[in-house]
Amino acid sequence: MFDVNEVRADFPILSRSVRGVPLVYLDSGATSQKPTQVLDAERFFYENSNAVVHRGAHALAEEATDAYERARQTISSFVGAQVDEIVFTKNATEGINLVAYAFSNATDKARQGLDVDQRFVIGPGDSIVVTEMEHHANLVPWQELCAKTGAQLRWFGITDEGRLDIQPGIIDSTTKFVSVVHQSNLLGTINPVREIMDMAHAVGALGMVDLCQSVPHMPVNVQELGADFASWSGHKMLGPTGIGILWGRTELLNIMPPFLTGGSMIEMVHMDQSTYAPAPQRFEAGVPMVAQAIGLARACEYLSDLGMENVFQHEQELTAYTLAELAKIPGVRVIGPLDTRDRGSAVSFVVDGIHPHDVGHLMDAMGVAVRVGHHCCWPTCRRFDVPATTRITTYIYNDKSDIDQAIAGIKSAQEFFGASVAVSA
Amino acid sequence: MSEDLYQEIILDHYKNPRGKRVKIDSLAQSYQVNPTCGDEITVDVGQNSDGTLLVSYDGQGCSISQASASVMSELINGKTPEQAAPIQAAFMELMKSKGQLEPDEDVLEDAIAFAGVSKYPARIKCALISWMALSDAQIKASLTATTTTRDE
Repeated sequence: MFDVNEVRADFPILSRSVRGVPLVYLDSGATSQKPTQVLDAERFFYENSNAVVHRGAHALAEEATDAYERARQTISSFVGAQVDEIVFTKNATEGINLVAYAFSNATDKARQGLDVDQRFVIGPGDSIVVTEMEHHANLVPWQELCAKTGAQLRWFGITDEGRLDIQPGIIDSTTKFVSVVHQSNLLGTINPVREIMDMAHAVGALGMVDLCQSVPHMPVNVQELGADFASWSGHKMLGPTGIGILWGRTELLNIMPPFLTGGSMIEMVHMDQSTYAPAPQRFEAGVPMVAQAIGLARACEYLSDLGMENVFQHEQELTAYTLAELAKIPGVRVIGPLDTRDRGSAVSFVVDGIHPHDVGHLMDAMGVAVRVGHHCCWPTCRRFDVPATTRITTYIYNDKSDIDQAIAGIKSAQEFFGASVAVSA
Repeated sequence: MSEDLYQEIILDHYKNPRGKRVKIDSLAQSYQVNPTCGDEITVDVGQNSDGTLLVSYDGQGCSISQASASVMSELINGKTPEQAAPIQAAFMELMKSKGQLEPDEDVLEDAIAFAGVSKYPARIKCALISWMALSDAQIKASLTATTTTRDE
């Protein structure tokens, strides 16, 4: 196991103060902080090798291209992928949209009588399956695809315990695509994605997994998920903003219509038509995010040095502690699984009589940064009949003292609003 | 600590809301939502026979959003659109002030308590949402001031 204090020393931001008190950062589910090593990797690139990749024959262009493609190699190894299966996107949302638009564009082309792979053609009578615990990023693109094509959107519901309610008959012979979150960013639930992907494949559908909250926090091997596509972001796993990853099976990536078109993604261009490069270049139109890729690769190395099994264990301990401490406060209710079985470190809760915005504000006054709101999971909030929640998310640089400060913040909010008396009476 | 934000007046309006869910003959309604936190508010406007405004609201949200709606209904109910306009303009101006404006108590009355909110960018929308719903409902009902006389 790693030493949290040694880890913390790599994150300069964690030693600053906010509102006149030391910062306690418990919002890594929104974005993680960045270690000096990642910042240095980006700076080193800009100071030494900055050039546009995949064009130009000068020395810097070669170095930049080499660094960019080495980053792809490092990132692919981190998740057990083949290097050509890794597409750089702006963020996880773009990766999901890229797949949704492959369906949309293939369907449009099929209507024009063009030759496209039928697995990506969708229309009335077909269905797409998601879950009620999806982030808006893995819900709205599929709503939009259904609206454009006439396909039906279906979803698995959630049990009162915050688990996926995997009912038979939702995935059936009409299903062409299934997209599921690996770990819920609101509930913390870790879903049996392999089982769901197998269900999708059994009816001939393709499947995708949203890995935003799992790749940063636990060992993930994309080959073992049983999925065809996966998407996640760099900034939640110590990397820079502005970079996400789409993983896809090469066979599929190479037959999908492109999402964004233009320079870099072409094979041959004439005035009236063009052909496209194989994946991943096929999906990387324009000048890509080189420094971000290098920074993200460095983040992968940083996490590998700690060991993802250790990262997971560390967070399991913190999550168990968080759940136990929250359970001691009258009037606090956790939304999501109450134990650490198949559960990650996102812990959402509501405080009786106090709106999450007010809870978050009073925690912030004690230096504690937590997320408040619907966490881009509005339907999940509705499922539990809460307008919003307050959410604690931990990472490698947090320890029990951070949780203690959060607990003190919640109690101060109860005292301030006079709610604790009413509830415990 | 947070006393600059959570003034006593705000907490009082939050715990004892005025004008919430009052039955009125509504001429227009506006539903507004804060997409970052899910707070919702519905404001109805009507008109008394003397031309003054009737305001009712309903919704759920944080203390700032609920107290602001309560203060708004107290301030605007029974005012003509011409009398209401300078109050509405003054509140908007206060919210944009980043805590740099000394609010005019003669115009804003209890609403001066929201001066501290303007220092917290994440909370300004909370305070403004009901006021924006009111303006929207007034436009729909054609109950806006014919002349803006906010310096009077």
